[in-house]
Amino acid sequence: MLALVALHAIAAASAPVLVRQFGRRAFLLLALAPLTAVIWALRHTGTVLDGGAVTQVVPWISGLGMELAFSLGALQWLMTLVVAGIGVLVMTYCAWYFGDDSPGLAAFTAHFTSFVGAMLGLVLADDLMLIFVFWELTTVFSFLLIGIDPTSRASRLAAIEALVVTTLGGLVMFVGMLLLGLEAGTLRLSAILADPPTGTATTVAVMLILVGALSKSAQVPFQFWLPGAMAAPTPVSAYLHAASMVKAGIYLIALLAPAFAGVPGWHLTLLTLGTLTMLVGGWRALRQNDIKLLLAYGTVSQLGFLTVVLSIGSRTAALAGLAMLLAHALFKATLFLCVGIVDKLSGTRDLQQLSGLGRRMPVLAVAAGLAALSMAGLPPLLGFVGKETVWAALLELADGETAGVAPWAGTLVLVGLVVGSALTAAYTLRWYWGTFAAKRGVADTVLKQPLGTGFAHSPVVLSGLGLLLGFAGAALTAAIAPYDALLPAGAHEEYLALWHGWELPLLLSALTVLGGLALFRWREAVCRLQARTAPPVTAEGLYRYVMRAVDRAAVEVTGLFQRGSVPFYLTVILGVVLLLPGSALVLGLLDGGAERLTVRLWDRPAQAMVAMVMVAAAIFTVRSRRRLRAVVLAGVSGYGCAVLFLLHGAPDIAMTQVLVETVTLVVFVMVLRRLPDYFTDRPLSVTRYWRIALSAGVGTAVAGFLLVAGSDRVGRPISERFAEAAYEFGYGRNVVNVTLVDIRAWDTFGEISVLVVAATGVASLIFLDSRSASIRRVFDIPYPEGVQKQSTSPGRRVWLPGPRTLSPDRRSIIFEVVTRLVFHTIVVFSIYLLLAGHNLPGGGFAAGMVSGLALMVRYLAGGRYELDEAAPIDAGALIGSGLFVAALSGLGPVAFGGAVLQTNDYYLSLPLLGEVHLVSSVGFDIGVYLVVVGLVLDLLRTFGSRLDRQILRAEREAAQARDRSGERVGDRAVAQQAGDQGAIS
Amino acid sequence: MEVNLTLVLTCGVLCASGVYLMLERSLTRVLVGLLLLSNGINLALIVASGPAGESAFYGSADPADMADPLPQALVLTAIVITLGTVAFVLAMAHRSWQLNEHDDVQDDVEDAAIRRLAISDATSDSHSLTTSGDDDAETPGEEDGS
Repeated sequence: MLALVALHAIAAASAPVLVRQFGRRAFLLLALAPLTAVIWALRHTGTVLDGGAVTQVVPWISGLGMELAFSLGALQWLMTLVVAGIGVLVMTYCAWYFGDDSPGLAAFTAHFTSFVGAMLGLVLADDLMLIFVFWELTTVFSFLLIGIDPTSRASRLAAIEALVVTTLGGLVMFVGMLLLGLEAGTLRLSAILADPPTGTATTVAVMLILVGALSKSAQVPFQFWLPGAMAAPTPVSAYLHAASMVKAGIYLIALLAPAFAGVPGWHLTLLTLGTLTMLVGGWRALRQNDIKLLLAYGTVSQLGFLTVVLSIGSRTAALAGLAMLLAHALFKATLFLCVGIVDKLSGTRDLQQLSGLGRRMPVLAVAAGLAALSMAGLPPLLGFVGKETVWAALLELADGETAGVAPWAGTLVLVGLVVGSALTAAYTLRWYWGTFAAKRGVADTVLKQPLGTGFAHSPVVLSGLGLLLGFAGAALTAAIAPYDALLPAGAHEEYLALWHGWELPLLLSALTVLGGLALFRWREAVCRLQARTAPPVTAEGLYRYVMRAVDRAAVEVTGLFQRGSVPFYLTVILGVVLLLPGSALVLGLLDGGAERLTVRLWDRPAQAMVAMVMVAAAIFTVRSRRRLRAVVLAGVSGYGCAVLFLLHGAPDIAMTQVLVETVTLVVFVMVLRRLPDYFTDRPLSVTRYWRIALSAGVGTAVAGFLLVAGSDRVGRPISERFAEAAYEFGYGRNVVNVTLVDIRAWDTFGEISVLVVAATGVASLIFLDSRSASIRRVFDIPYPEGVQKQSTSPGRRVWLPGPRTLSPDRRSIIFEVVTRLVFHTIVVFSIYLLLAGHNLPGGGFAAGMVSGLALMVRYLAGGRYELDEAAPIDAGALIGSGLFVAALSGLGPVAFGGAVLQTNDYYLSLPLLGEVHLVSSVGFDIGVYLVVVGLVLDLLRTFGSRLDRQILRAEREAAQARDRSGERVGDRAVAQQAGDQGAIS
Repeated sequence: MEVNLTLVLTCGVLCASGVYLMLERSLTRVLVGLLLLSNGINLALIVASGPAGESAFYGSADPADMADPLPQALVLTAIVITLGTVAFVLAMAHRSWQLNEHDDVQDDVEDAAIRRLAISDATSDSHSLTTSGDDDAETPGEEDGS
């Protein structure tokens, strides 16, 4: 069964190719998919009729108890035949309906085939979640099919309407299904139906599922989407109305009825809404002039009828319901396909303009006539056979034979359905008369082309089936018997037949036909009455109102909150922090929480001293109007933090903090060269006091959270066993480092990825075009002609080669010498940190930072050429290879049967050095190291070298401008402007 | 667990200063604010992790006396991430200065347009037409092109 669904998926996927190859005839090929389903179902007829079921279970998500379970029982067998059979006929019909050049034909064929597949999956699925998946798939594909013409507004809106209504129902149903699955302890539908749970929760679950069924089957109050769905091409309407989508709700009701018809509220809801829907649909249909719309309202009415009958839950009703379902599928598909033909050939669907078509298309008129007779409930058609048994079932209901339905209520339903059937007969007549009759005063409709045999085959076959099955009551009874057996036996055994004798049902049938004739006879009066009694509030109007309100609310809320101002967003976010967790904090403290606070002043007195410095620095940072001062003061608080970390017993983060703070400071200063000295002056405004209040509030709240959370901390920390685990599984003594490279290595991997992204972002913001803006070694630099300089060839020994490119007033010989002396030492030290980090303070981050600082010193001493001398490598390559090394070392253990990022150790004997203990996570740390070095190098290249160049160019251009104009206008503004253009170009 | 009041207060002050600066429009100030705030929050993580203790090295101290290593690893990650963020925002500030001669964060033009729409009570135009081609509606059946 999974294969059948998959077959449709494959067919749908290949549909565009087939359409390109064969045009509209591709439908004939694609129809093979549903045809296979029909043949498959027919082959299993024997099993099903014996009361057995064909099942298939494929494991899916075993952890959630979800499986791809399919089951074919009697009900599913019938539905499969309807879904796939009508699918075949509609698809072959499509081959004539569309032209080869119809717009969007490829997409349409794919969607339609998928739709058939989804519907097939829905009726075969035996798992609640699987049913839901297919259910929503039919919603999605119907959306695509109804909205087939994206340029038409009506088509788009109808599609959205159908989507919103059925998805809403679907979601409610999903909740119901989850609840039902929870109550029953299984998601397997057949198991639930065999042993249905009871209780309030089950009642709620069933009611929620019914919401889904009712919305899908367009029952009051959801009925409006179905007439709207007329925007779809007629074959889609035919399939949607006759065999799929709307039948899904009916199918679900039929499926659940045997187990849950006794649930409180079941009969009340379904009988009431079904009867109401039948009357509303029929009544509205009587007034339509569009023959397609008339049929659409007719479908609404018929669906109400089916809902009532199938929800009763007695054997007679089930028999009648399924017979009616089949009959409806056959006649409704025929009628819609006829409308499609008439529309296609005459160009109109207005029954006031159509005239005399019966004479010109006799074959079609006969086929449509048979279907219409079936719809009206006249012998010898299947519609009549079904209806006879329906009356029998309703008479049982009126006799009070169904538990939970009082005789008066049953009588009411019976009367409602008799009236509804009279309406059905009337609008059937109206439709047939409107489509085929020659009307006085209306010129005969001109056909654009004669009706071809191919085009007409589907309606003829379908109506012929309706006629044939009218005589096959016994066979149908036998086919439905296994489903019937699920229900409690009634007082007498009912059967499907054309002739039951002179009984009450026959009288009721006659009554409805007569009523229909009367309504048709006085149709003008009926129309006038309807026009006068149009209800002031309609479900559709309500839907529109809600949608409009949602739209308005969205605009208002967006306008209110999406101001486009970053400070405003921050204010909102922080305001919420104060309002919700903040007030919870205050309430908690007031409610006795304050007594539970346990504080001590400090762990070590030194903390207080450092803290005072930090607080002062922070406050002066805020007050500072100078960029540089603000940055340096912030740095002070950062270094203070490092000291606090050290005092806390965290040397690793103290070291990292110091290094990072230093890099940050240097980078900041490099950029500040280019920015104005002072912040933009802003007038003192009231908002400043608001900001002060908000920030004070946030600060207090943070302190408060810390106090409360810290005091209430009673649980044992997860890290209690980290120390031991670090040594035993990570083979390292530095617990923090092992945590980084082993216990929480995924975190670290994510982190270095973030660093890569940040470095890339920085480079792209500064370089703007290509980041690999030429690494130039000193010996590459050409000297102007005629200038004699010292040789700069490689191998020339100088303290540092780079500084000679600087102007003498920017050089410092002492700095150069010191740099030359310490650079290699620092690099060696960083490598020591990298390797020792597993057991002693250090690790990839710290080591990378130290290396970065070494490069930074070289840059500061000798300028950008010196940086290229020190690291003649592209930063991007360094970062990339770092990430690669880290990933490789993470994946390495997998090759040896381990887990990703698992740590192993090796003992290696080396001459001279003795035995060396190697740990595999060092590889990961090396990756981290490379990324960090690359990041720092990137920052130096961008904020250092690149900005140097921009500044130099600006100065040069300013000087040229001065020379040209001969006066001193080369002030700062001009220089900056030139710099900008240089940067942009 | 006893909470270290000194550190808590320091956290509070750092966070408050950071937030104040972040509510400004100058990107450099926002960035400095971010630095202060992240320092404050890193400190908060350490405060919440428990009392000070021995450095977390296996074998050098009893695990019960060690400062909790897990928050330390988290803070270490946070510190390095902050560096990446700072570098990126700095680049943005520089770019903004290059283009606009200042590094102030401007209000978004598109969002201002949305606000104007809201004030003028506009709806998006997607809900004005009927779709059903109902008989008493203005839309005739021909609109439902098939």
